[in-house]
Amino acid sequence: MAVKVYIPTSFRSLTDSRAFVDADGADVVGVFRDLQHQFPNLGEMLFDADHNIPEGINVYVNAQEISALNGAETPVQDGDELSLIPVIAGGSVMTPDEVDRYSRHLIMDQVGPLGQRKLKGAKVLAIGAGGLGSPVLVYLAAAGVGTIGIVDFDTVDLSNLQRQIVHSTRDIGRPKVDSAADHIADLNPNVTVIKHQAPLTSENAMAVIPNYDIIINGADNFATRYLVNDAAYFARKPLVDGSIFLFEGQVTTFIPGEGCYRCLYPSPPPPGMVPSCAEAGVLGVLPGTIGTVQATEAIKLILGVGEPLQNRLLLYDALVMEFRTVNIRRDPDCPICGDNPTVTELIDYEAFCGSPFHEGAVAAPA
Amino acid sequence: MPVEVRIPSVLQKLTGGQRRLQYEGATVDELLDAIDGDYSGFRDQLVENGELRRFVNIFLNDEDVRFLQQLKTPLKDGDTIAILPALAGG
Repeated sequence: MAVKVYIPTSFRSLTDSRAFVDADGADVVGVFRDLQHQFPNLGEMLFDADHNIPEGINVYVNAQEISALNGAETPVQDGDELSLIPVIAGGSVMTPDEVDRYSRHLIMDQVGPLGQRKLKGAKVLAIGAGGLGSPVLVYLAAAGVGTIGIVDFDTVDLSNLQRQIVHSTRDIGRPKVDSAADHIADLNPNVTVIKHQAPLTSENAMAVIPNYDIIINGADNFATRYLVNDAAYFARKPLVDGSIFLFEGQVTTFIPGEGCYRCLYPSPPPPGMVPSCAEAGVLGVLPGTIGTVQATEAIKLILGVGEPLQNRLLLYDALVMEFRTVNIRRDPDCPICGDNPTVTELIDYEAFCGSPFHEGAVAAPA
Repeated sequence: MPVEVRIPSVLQKLTGGQRRLQYEGATVDELLDAIDGDYSGFRDQLVENGELRRFVNIFLNDEDVRFLQQLKTPLKDGDTIAILPALAGG
């Protein structure tokens, strides 16, 4: 029997980043054996030492948990959908408060109780708690994403508040990770926030990025953008990239192996050629629009619904109020994800870009 | 053969603040030459040593010309050219 199997974000590095895979079997355990055959590394997660389905994974057939059916012997039929949901901290049952909080999600076919559990089990990393990071953090927390990491070394400045809505006037001078974590705790106490209060560098990136399922880039400088791209590719994590300038924004979702930021922009502009938002300005609401699109992309990836902005670049022009997409693709000559990669580990990105990770005199954080 | 050319914010200082230009050219290369004739220095922002700079993309309609025939990509009446530089802001 051919069934579709939902792979949770935390296991997708084992399935070539696919949210759904096809598998055959007469029952759940048969499907698991086929998955093990197709994806040996995933197989190690699906059976414990006694060849049973581990207690750490809940399995649903068409949104019904198998312990309420026939367990591992639950039969499956052509066209059934089987979902693997890792059991997460805080228990597998939603509290009455959570049922109430997420009620508008729970009544949607595309989310429902199962989708809400996928959100709760997901770990998303936001690079930057600035203009783009603000709406990303607020909407992911509101949606019930269970674990949110925040990378930001900076403190809140009065000039940030024109657009960085996760921070408030009373937060001026505080670390952005603390300010953002407080905002999230006020909004949704069910969310676990992990604070990374340091600049992301080639030395620490691979200690952070592999711990998350999805990476959202809201960096304000090219050195960090290339670093995050490369680290996300090496860790086989989807990267939702967004960038802004004046009235314009760009968003895309890079699925590992399907193209990356270097395929789109092989090298950064020379320092000073492209002015920063600190030098040229940015419409305060612009990162709200672009960051909200990034949050939408992350939530779709977690749920496994719809079509991501994969191999498409969304262009937004606020001045004429126009959205359009253009096609982008993997470059076979890409030094990272091409056919013959020449960059196989993180490099010196400040030298590559001729500019520092935190722009300082070149450009203040956007 | 007029082609609509969309100018990104970072280059509008070179085009007198204009966001949309109408120009003619049989290829992308010729189009950029024609624009440069009116707005001196425009081409140098996009092209270096005869190649498209690696932090700028030029899209013909929905496709990146790097994956077509680069600067030699032919143009036809009614095409739209969008110039997209990498943006760093976040």
